[in-house]
Amino acid sequence: MSFNDVFLLLPSPVMSGFAWFFILTTVLYIARTHAHKAIHSFTRVIHNAMRLSAHSVQRAEKRMLERNTEVLLTQGREATEHIIEREFERINDTVQKDLSEYPALHRLLSEEITSIDEDYQESTDVPPAPPGWLKAVEAVAKIPGAKGDPMVGHVLEDIHQSMIKANTRATEEYRKASHKRHQLLNNMMPHWRKVSQTLAQVDKNINSLLQRSVTIDRHMEEYENIQARSERAVQRLSSSSLTQFFISAFVLAIAVGGAIINFNLIARPMSEMVGGTSQLMGFQTSEIAALVIILVEIAMGLFLMESMRITRLFPLIGALNDKLRVRMIWITFGILLTLACVEAGLAYMRELLMQDAAATRALLREDGVEVIESSYLWITTAAQMGMGFILPFALTFVAIPLESFVHSLRTVMGIVAVAFLRGLIWLLRLTGNIVRFSGDMLVNFYDLFIFAPLWIEHQVHLKQKAAPDKKETESTDNVGYGSL
Amino acid sequence: MIKLKFPVFTFVLLAALLVLAGCSEKQVPNTRGVYMLMDTSGTYTKELKQAQRVINFILSNLNPGDTFAVARVDTGSFSEKDIVAKVTFEDRPSMANQQKRVFRDKIDDFVKNVKSSSYTDITGGMLQAIEYLNEAGAGHNMILIFSDLKEDLQKGYVRDIPLQLNGISVVALNVTKLRSDNVDPREYLDRLTSWQEKVESGGGSWKVVNDLERLEAILSF
Repeated sequence: MSFNDVFLLLPSPVMSGFAWFFILTTVLYIARTHAHKAIHSFTRVIHNAMRLSAHSVQRAEKRMLERNTEVLLTQGREATEHIIEREFERINDTVQKDLSEYPALHRLLSEEITSIDEDYQESTDVPPAPPGWLKAVEAVAKIPGAKGDPMVGHVLEDIHQSMIKANTRATEEYRKASHKRHQLLNNMMPHWRKVSQTLAQVDKNINSLLQRSVTIDRHMEEYENIQARSERAVQRLSSSSLTQFFISAFVLAIAVGGAIINFNLIARPMSEMVGGTSQLMGFQTSEIAALVIILVEIAMGLFLMESMRITRLFPLIGALNDKLRVRMIWITFGILLTLACVEAGLAYMRELLMQDAAATRALLREDGVEVIESSYLWITTAAQMGMGFILPFALTFVAIPLESFVHSLRTVMGIVAVAFLRGLIWLLRLTGNIVRFSGDMLVNFYDLFIFAPLWIEHQVHLKQKAAPDKKETESTDNVGYGSL
Repeated sequence: MIKLKFPVFTFVLLAALLVLAGCSEKQVPNTRGVYMLMDTSGTYTKELKQAQRVINFILSNLNPGDTFAVARVDTGSFSEKDIVAKVTFEDRPSMANQQKRVFRDKIDDFVKNVKSSSYTDITGGMLQAIEYLNEAGAGHNMILIFSDLKEDLQKGYVRDIPLQLNGISVVALNVTKLRSDNVDPREYLDRLTSWQEKVESGGGSWKVVNDLERLEAILSF
């Protein structure tokens, strides 16, 4: 049975079309109320489902936000605790270093002060008084009798001379005593300087402690903010985490560049060690071996940094006792050094291989072009060897940005997840509302399709409404007339 | 606990990759096998200098693990004795370079002392090449025929044998035109067509390269 057999109710297609339109309109008009209900129910179900899903996602988003805040605060708290711990360790070091020397310092100061005191005491001894009888000498010299009587004159002259001698001796003694005092005072100078220097050192140490205490105060304030879960602390930590993420990603990208250069340096000569044809998982074994060496170097770098307590990716290593930790530092450093030497050797071999390959190619080409042996070739060889030796140590420091990256990644992933959930909520709400209003629109379209019976119904309603009104008016008129 | 997730995730990922790699299809070795037939019959010996350049070019393009053999085409070419030089390059690049130099010297000696043969048994050479390449077990195989492709068999030699060239590329190099070809080019074209049919019916692929500047393209298989 073809479509035409079903469609053509009447011989003419146009008439059949009209017939179908009439049938469908009638059927749809009869089913109008139920159809409206069905459409509204369907759209309401979808709308409610979307609304409930949005609500559920909103709750998930809220939980994610809480988790992000928790992660941020925990990380911030740990970081601040670490910083405060370090500051206290530094203060402890300062106190142990400086205050342990305090008894010696005190003794030194006491000795210096005693020396100064002794010198001072010695310098305070009264020097012999200047001769007080100088005036007597002058008086004797001015006695007039000396001019008249030669005997008296001689006596007086002798007295005068002996007095001058005595005076000269007394003056010299006075000078000597004064010189000795000055000497004592001069000897006090180094003691004063030493005391001054010691006190300056003490002042410096105390100031350092004061500065550290200011830093600790600041970090303590931050710590208290974090503990109080303040909005400011969360915002600061979030911003800091994002900055850390981008900076560490940038540094890691640089490290990846370094690793690629390192790989190219050693991949070719590795084929001399492990063969140039064997393959593993579709890759050249020599390339995999070179990659493994680089990865081992990075792993050793991570362990070295961890053992030195610069990073905290493996709490187990950080918790080892100091003796074991120091051993681990030396072992990892030894392995790194060995690998660096191996890489330098491989870089040298790479140069040799390249020269050998170039010579063979030139021989096979037979085009008269000889391989020119440059006298500066050793520079590139040395540069390659140097890079081969240094890059493993440079890669060691990848541990620091890696730690920042891993820690900040948690926050960034949380932020991305929240953004995704918010987008999903918006999408669910939008879809729900579109479906809801689509229901109304569908109902209107439905009515538009059966406009003819609806119009007739409307007209009938109007007439029905008009008929009672007319009757009512007529009855009112009758009453009026009656009353009149 | 959360800190442990990253290494655990990495471990699981690596394990999954290893399992996937293990489950993948058996891989074809990434090595190449090249067998070159040099026509030493009649006047074609004059072209051997050209062949020497081609051999050197191929040598410079082959890598450790690849196999290369050069054989002469003479009266009866289905023989190991006709292999002038053969080598499978060592894994170590330095050793491979050394082998290339030795190979080149052998070819030099051969070209200096070559004596032209009376007949041309290309099919016999092809059969020998197929046998050698199948034994070598390289991932991708190629037979290079440095000849004018004019087969001239001695009486009694049977060479009406189908070639089993599954997966082997056959490239005819420097197919020179004979005097008779100039008179009637159809002879030359028929010769090429008959070889193409013979190779393709055996499951191989056929190519002609007369401009030796384009050698690089054919070796990148």
